[in-house]
Amino acid sequence: MERLTRFAPVWRVGTARSVRPENAHASTISFAIPGWPGHLAGQHVDVRLTAEDGYQAQRSYSIGSPPESDELMLTIERLEDGEVSPYLVDELRVGDDLDIRGPIGGPFTWAVEDGGPLLLIAGGSGLVPLMSMLRHRNAAGSDVPFRPLDDVIYRAEFEDMPDVRLTLTREQPPGWEGWARRVDRAMLAELGPAPDEHPHVFVCGPTAFVELVADLLVALGHDAAAIRTERFGPTGTP
Amino acid sequence: MSPISRGFHGRRRPDVDPARVPPGQYVESGFPVLSYGPTPHRKLEDWSFTIGGEVGAERTWTWEEIMALPQETPTVDIHCVTKWSKLDTSWMGVSVDVLLEGVETEAEYLTAYSDGGYTTNLALEDVTGGRAWLVHTYDGMPLAPEHGGPARMLVPALYFWKSAKWVRGLKLTRQDDPGFWEVNGYHNHGDPWREQRYWND
Repeated sequence: MERLTRFAPVWRVGTARSVRPENAHASTISFAIPGWPGHLAGQHVDVRLTAEDGYQAQRSYSIGSPPESDELMLTIERLEDGEVSPYLVDELRVGDDLDIRGPIGGPFTWAVEDGGPLLLIAGGSGLVPLMSMLRHRNAAGSDVPFRPLDDVIYRAEFEDMPDVRLTLTREQPPGWEGWARRVDRAMLAELGPAPDEHPHVFVCGPTAFVELVADLLVALGHDAAAIRTERFGPTGTP
Repeated sequence: MSPISRGFHGRRRPDVDPARVPPGQYVESGFPVLSYGPTPHRKLEDWSFTIGGEVGAERTWTWEEIMALPQETPTVDIHCVTKWSKLDTSWMGVSVDVLLEGVETEAEYLTAYSDGGYTTNLALEDVTGGRAWLVHTYDGMPLAPEHGGPARMLVPALYFWKSAKWVRGLKLTRQDDPGFWEVNGYHNHGDPWREQRYWND
């Protein structure tokens, strides 16, 4: 798992090829980026917007598309008091250009040759980089066993994956027979894989969610070094 | 030449002096958490801090011994490579100058190492002369585990990944030995004012 990702990312111009709402808060934007060097599942990019007076703002977003994809897909959640995400979700149109730099990120990556089993645990838009891993697994025809645990976005795509056992912990549709509560120790223990199966574990989501899940996994006996995390959003400590 | 995003105006904060915000950064009011793994939870009675490596004699302090050293209260701006900056953060801790008092060394570099296996490399000149602290208190409260408690480094002149969380010691070295993020694509020095984010910056 100690992959050396010697990236030296340069700014390139990406052109929006499609913009598709995922739900009321998030949209998936596909970019064509001439010269894009490819990426590993789990990596992210820096996006830079430039105003007419030259003012610029940068933010980082996880890549949702797999390495096998021709276009780079970002699923962006609108932060109501945000500077960049409201523009990307609400204002960006097909054909628009913007600056994109990447790919970035080393430890939070997975490739088929890393093997499994794979345990992916997401909170909200934390699913995006994990979806890149899952799409990579499926595109590569891998049979690495995995268990996803998440909610809301990409639902329809999950329903087309026969070996996916999706766990919706927040809101459940009528007739839902899966898990129906927030993540807890018993859920993680039953969901598995067990610590002695030495899974690759990736946890991504809001800070409080990731802190809780990572602590529970360590308490269950998972090797802390095998748990990779990405947290986003401010904490309760101002 | 960057493409112009029609209708994008940004949300420039009138309350922030632009001269305090390095290129590509924005000012954050919260305190985001960035860590590549689970948060270690170290009890104070099991905690110690060591200055070792290329030194005449290794020195180790217990928690009580660190707290008995002269304490400083720096108020500084911090800058994370993930783009957020936080202004006027207030800390309490021990200056690295105090920890290095009486240490004889020919080393020019050091590696800060942490519970959980994290490392980051620094030039000695970037952590001496009042430039760095071992801090245990943030905003008047014990430093929270997710922010690096019980104690972390504070090196505000560099991107914040250089301010190692859960730090347990400094290993002085003659050669510059890249740390965790430094071998994973991030800049070896990390000066936010020169926007040294990645290897090719």
